[in-house]
Amino acid sequence: MQIDYAAVAPELVLTGALCIVLVVDLVLPDNRKGLIMPVSLLGVAGTLLALLALAGDPTRTTLGGMFVVDSFAVTLKILFCVAALLTLAMSYDYLRKEGIHQGEFYFLLLCSLLGMLTIASSRDLLPIFVSLELVSVPAFVLAGLQKIDVKSNEAALKFFLFSILSTAVMLFGMSLIYGITGTTNLAEIAVRLAATPVLRSIAVLSVFFVVVGFGFKISAFPFQWWVPDTYEGSPVPVAAFLSVASKTAGFVGLLQIMFIAFHGLADVWRPFIAAVAILTMTFGNLVALTQRHIVRLLAYSSIGQAGYILLPLAVVNVNGGSVNHEAFAASIAYLLIYAFMEMGAFSVAVAYGREGGYFIDDYAGLGYRAPGLAVVMTVFLFSLAGIPPLAGWAAKLFIFRAVIDGHEYWLAVAMAVNTVIALFYYAKVVRRMFFEPAGDGPLGVKVPLLLQATIAVSTVMVLLVGILPDLAAHLARMSTLV
Amino acid sequence: MPVAWVLILSSFLFSVGIYGVLARRNAVLVLMSIELMLNAANINFVVFNLLLHSISYIGQVFALFIITIAAAELGVGLAIVILIFRNRSTVSIDEVSLMKW
Repeated sequence: MQIDYAAVAPELVLTGALCIVLVVDLVLPDNRKGLIMPVSLLGVAGTLLALLALAGDPTRTTLGGMFVVDSFAVTLKILFCVAALLTLAMSYDYLRKEGIHQGEFYFLLLCSLLGMLTIASSRDLLPIFVSLELVSVPAFVLAGLQKIDVKSNEAALKFFLFSILSTAVMLFGMSLIYGITGTTNLAEIAVRLAATPVLRSIAVLSVFFVVVGFGFKISAFPFQWWVPDTYEGSPVPVAAFLSVASKTAGFVGLLQIMFIAFHGLADVWRPFIAAVAILTMTFGNLVALTQRHIVRLLAYSSIGQAGYILLPLAVVNVNGGSVNHEAFAASIAYLLIYAFMEMGAFSVAVAYGREGGYFIDDYAGLGYRAPGLAVVMTVFLFSLAGIPPLAGWAAKLFIFRAVIDGHEYWLAVAMAVNTVIALFYYAKVVRRMFFEPAGDGPLGVKVPLLLQATIAVSTVMVLLVGILPDLAAHLARMSTLV
Repeated sequence: MPVAWVLILSSFLFSVGIYGVLARRNAVLVLMSIELMLNAANINFVVFNLLLHSISYIGQVFALFIITIAAAELGVGLAIVILIFRNRSTVSIDEVSLMKW
């Protein structure tokens, strides 16, 4: 079999980089471990360059149709690399202050990133499964990296148990699909499912199993229990990485399977997905109202956001067409925008948390003590709430339009109600920061340079996409998948 | 070999695994139950490949990948369980509940 090395170049560059990181960690003496950070940063930057070289090329297919590089794959791979760069910049000072081993952290982060890159190109059940595990397994270790912290242990155990259980269920579903269709290629599965209507009930059952498996990764309702605990217990940059990159990887896998392989059964799974999406956003937003820890608040808010991203799947048409295309583009656009607002909010939590604490009460009067930090936090929270002219508003608009185009008006109503509920807890934090007297927290927070860069990039993206929403919409529509 | 037998066997294994995950409180036993569920999928893949008389061996290759990845994953999982045992002298998943809601 001929391998198109140009198509897999970014993955090869990253594999090389993570091997180098591992070796550099081995040879460096303990007091110079900080040098691993620039090495990893260069590795991801090199991957990004290799990706940019692929952008705009015609679609490349290799490894027997399993690995496809089209504009969809390239767009999402660039997003994953940017998210990894932001996480690297966010974690450098955090790791040094918390005394977490740096070499392991960066190596595991790059391994997880490699899985994300391959899942965006996978068009077959086998590489989707392998990539998903490559994303998750290093993340278990990252969550439990603070070895003597019992909360970190607990975070890792909960994450691990939920993850492997959902993987087992998903694999059983995949094996049934293979049994019915005799293939693992996504496009081929769609063709053969349409040709054999006899085994429809088993096909529906296996779709259900696969959705359960992905439901865990994207923290959809009844599989979201691990999310707040894992985010709170693990190092905060890891929580940011999980909530942005790992969740996006889950969505990429789910969207590909549902839109390419299973859209023929859409009339069966559509109501189910609609119910899951509504329950997910309602649960996330209602429980977030009661939270007092900023990371848990962001965790529940990210569950609510997952509900919005899932919503366009509930209007998928059996026969394909423009409704599917719009729905797909809306979900992808939301993922692109969500990454920056979530990353931004987490980086402010990291910047303030070390000196000020992680409880929402600790944010009282931040507007007087550290006005800059308070203002950018407000930008990210209001963007997550969907207030114009910030990026989150555009993202919600895309979803809203896709749902209306699919003539599912009650879904649009449910989403609007949820947006209002969500506004309460985002506004609660903002009120704490600006309308309450400054407590005894630190005056003027010193933010390390790299963290400043993360916050600046996220802010610029949130404002820019908010003013020019077509940027994200255009990128999302480039996808030729559906 | 009728396909029904295979499906009964794999579904039985899968159900035993699910029962074990829900009923067992010892983290190591939960891991073993999950292993049963993974093996149910393995049996399906291998047998379906055989029955389909397919020219490709993707089903068997899939089973090999599952075996390998499950081994790696359980290695990490056991490491986490040992870590918890060291810090808290228990492997009961009911007692690992510092964080709720």
